[in-house]
Amino acid sequence: MRSVAASVFTVTAVLVAAAIGGSAQQAPFDPKDPRVGLKPGLRDAGVATRNMELVSTMPKPEGFFDPQNPLGDPTPPERPANATPEPAAPAAPAAPAAPAAPTGPPRPGGLDFANSDLAFNGTHMFQGNFHGFNTYDIESGKNPRLIASVVCPGGQGDVSVHGNLLFMSVEQTRGRIDCGVGGVATPVSSERFRGIRIFDITDIRKPKQVAAVQTCRGSHTHTLVTDPKNTQSIFVYGSGTGPVRSGEELAGCGGGDPKENPETALFSIDVIEVPLAAPEKSRIVNRPRIFADTATGNVAGLWAGGDHGPGTQRTSTTNQCHDITVFPEVGLAAGACSGNGILLDIRDPKNPKRLDHVSDKNFAYWHSATFNNDGTKVVFTDEWGGGTRPRCRATDLPNWGADAIFDIVDGKLKFASYYKMPAAQTDQENCVAHNGSIIPVPGRDIMVQGWYQGGLSVFDFTDSTKPVEIAYFDRGPIDAKNLITGGYWSTYWYNGSIYGSEITRGMDIFRLKASEYLSQNEIDAAILVRAEDFNAQEQPKVTWPATTVVARAYLDQLNRSKSLAPARANAVRQALEKIDDIRTGKERNAAATLDQADAVATQLEGDAAAATGRTAERLKALAATIKGRTARLR
Amino acid sequence: MNTLICRTAILLLAAAVGASCKTAGASRAAPQTEPAPILQPGAPGQATRPIAIAQATDLSKVGATPADVKFMQGMIGHHAQAVEMVAMIPSRSQSEDMKKLGQRIDVSQADEINMMRTWLTARGQKVPDEHAHHLPGGMMPGMLTPEEMARLAAAKGTEFDRLFLEGMIKHHIGALTMVDELFASPRAGQESDINAFAADVDADQRMEIERMGAMLNAIKEKK
Repeated sequence: MRSVAASVFTVTAVLVAAAIGGSAQQAPFDPKDPRVGLKPGLRDAGVATRNMELVSTMPKPEGFFDPQNPLGDPTPPERPANATPEPAAPAAPAAPAAPAAPTGPPRPGGLDFANSDLAFNGTHMFQGNFHGFNTYDIESGKNPRLIASVVCPGGQGDVSVHGNLLFMSVEQTRGRIDCGVGGVATPVSSERFRGIRIFDITDIRKPKQVAAVQTCRGSHTHTLVTDPKNTQSIFVYGSGTGPVRSGEELAGCGGGDPKENPETALFSIDVIEVPLAAPEKSRIVNRPRIFADTATGNVAGLWAGGDHGPGTQRTSTTNQCHDITVFPEVGLAAGACSGNGILLDIRDPKNPKRLDHVSDKNFAYWHSATFNNDGTKVVFTDEWGGGTRPRCRATDLPNWGADAIFDIVDGKLKFASYYKMPAAQTDQENCVAHNGSIIPVPGRDIMVQGWYQGGLSVFDFTDSTKPVEIAYFDRGPIDAKNLITGGYWSTYWYNGSIYGSEITRGMDIFRLKASEYLSQNEIDAAILVRAEDFNAQEQPKVTWPATTVVARAYLDQLNRSKSLAPARANAVRQALEKIDDIRTGKERNAAATLDQADAVATQLEGDAAAATGRTAERLKALAATIKGRTARLR
Repeated sequence: MNTLICRTAILLLAAAVGASCKTAGASRAAPQTEPAPILQPGAPGQATRPIAIAQATDLSKVGATPADVKFMQGMIGHHAQAVEMVAMIPSRSQSEDMKKLGQRIDVSQADEINMMRTWLTARGQKVPDEHAHHLPGGMMPGMLTPEEMARLAAAKGTEFDRLFLEGMIKHHIGALTMVDELFASPRAGQESDINAFAADVDADQRMEIERMGAMLNAIKEKK
């Protein structure tokens, strides 16, 4: 989410629909898609779902909506694409109205109580909100339980967890150090808080604020970064996108053009070091100039803002990152930085170094990034329209407001294709690419992603040039006439389920269902992967245990792509059945069975040597999984 | 609550392709055994305390202030002048870049005017006529005087382009001044919608100023 009134380019979008070509173009919307034309409603909206099921849903808790105005105000519609400017007419009956104190009950803005990002720890889920955060017990997916609601306003309220610490982003000028709801009385105030809050959640029912690190632009999002060489501290990358506050309020702050103010707080991120034993001593340790021109040293070295020529999108200036996703195991971070996607070397977390940067003529605003599990691909999202606008209508370009999938080749980003949730949405549904995470199916790259009121979409990008949707869930608009900001801020996979943070409706829990695109073995292999915690922007490297379920997942993939001779496939299937029978006692000749299974695995290794690409990798992985399993049974 | 309705069309499709739409069994969360507390932490190191729902949702202190209302009312007139300036481009400029720039400014400003009107109406505030800025007292920072507007209207070709860019840069800088003044007013700019809007005006106009500056330099270099 970026803003309420991001600039819009409806006219241009429609005009250039025919002008943009290229092989990576997505197919146009299918008017017969079951997601088209769903009944509107807050709690009784029509639903279309495929290859997944909604397990439970919970509305927002009390304290996190205005009882008088629970949905907030609608976002007004845009001017129709074919409208012409009104002619200038000089006469007017009244002088500008003198401002009066607003009358009637105060009206909370549409975002005052918006749900935002999610973080997970054990059987707990933390749901951020512009007004604070809520903690749920998710041990039972069918019966999630609210444990505690923490009121601490300031938006966006993006959350991350590490052990007993919870981190939260605050950017708005209403944020207070003491978590008060009453805002700040004076323009310059020591009571204001914009930056990263840290809570001790040792007592999950009673979190306590232990630190609040002030930053110049506040924190729109943040990312936790672990340093393999330093277990005493963790680092936080704070990304601020708001206006820079004055040096009077926070020493050292000042904005503006770097040519006039070399110390400008624009064109950098905040690196905060958090000593784990003493989080109250957390502080900013660096503000690296990661957009600098490597040749000239100009700190404003990347995209200057503007379009890329006729028929192209207008891309924002790169003076900020919106979101950074780190992948500590491979020493890389992908930054979605307004006007560019960048790749960072983070082996020294305090001093991230830029390896590469890309721009894209179809991107308005580089918003977030997700690696595949091998660290060889990045999915970048474009938040065209800022998240509060309808950008998935049949008239909106399928390559705008989409994901762009890049391969990482020799430390450089190489464009492969676009992916956009393929069902046309209405004018009443804010919709654009937003947050998601990898579903850890071995042998494949699969992601679940939220598209605000476009619902959630699960897609496979194993072939980065041909992403394919494999499951979805979508509700009709919240309201029939008005655009009420809502939908999925983020949808993440965590320990076997998919969790959706719905801005206005609350939160949802889903399970995947087997289909022609995804077998039960593949789903079961993903469910086997267990994490102690999960922050989507701190991506873990997943490894799969050597079990027959994982082997069967690879086998299903090789059969699906017809990459295995039927006789060999049969031999593998029989070997896996016999391995399982050893455990149940049905198979009594264990040594011979294991020898046979190893022999099949060795044959697969031979097959792998003769194969190429993804097939070779799957054959190798299948052989290794079988051998790993037999080794543990000997 | 949360009755999940499959439309007939989906059911037919589901039958046809053997897919989907079996969500009707989704369950609601079980009743709470003990209600979850609503808490408010203190400043770092201070105690966390329970807070009543009415206190938790009391945003009366961060609602719209007179300065917020003044900002929105003033910005309508300010944006309206940009729309008027842009309307002059097709008949006076030969530059394709200028026409594109105009289209972009036109769409975004008209859209924002719409948003500001809705914001004011929802709060029971007077929505100024878009042309009220022609009257005395309607001038906001950076706006062109009637004389400057007349000079622009009388110009053609490159001379028009130059005057337009100079005028629009001045106009946009005025919007930045308005944002600064908003945040310099006690309690202003703290409501979520206006906070985001003001931040967006700031970011957007800075980018446009940069862009127009480059176009202006290109014109001057050609001369």
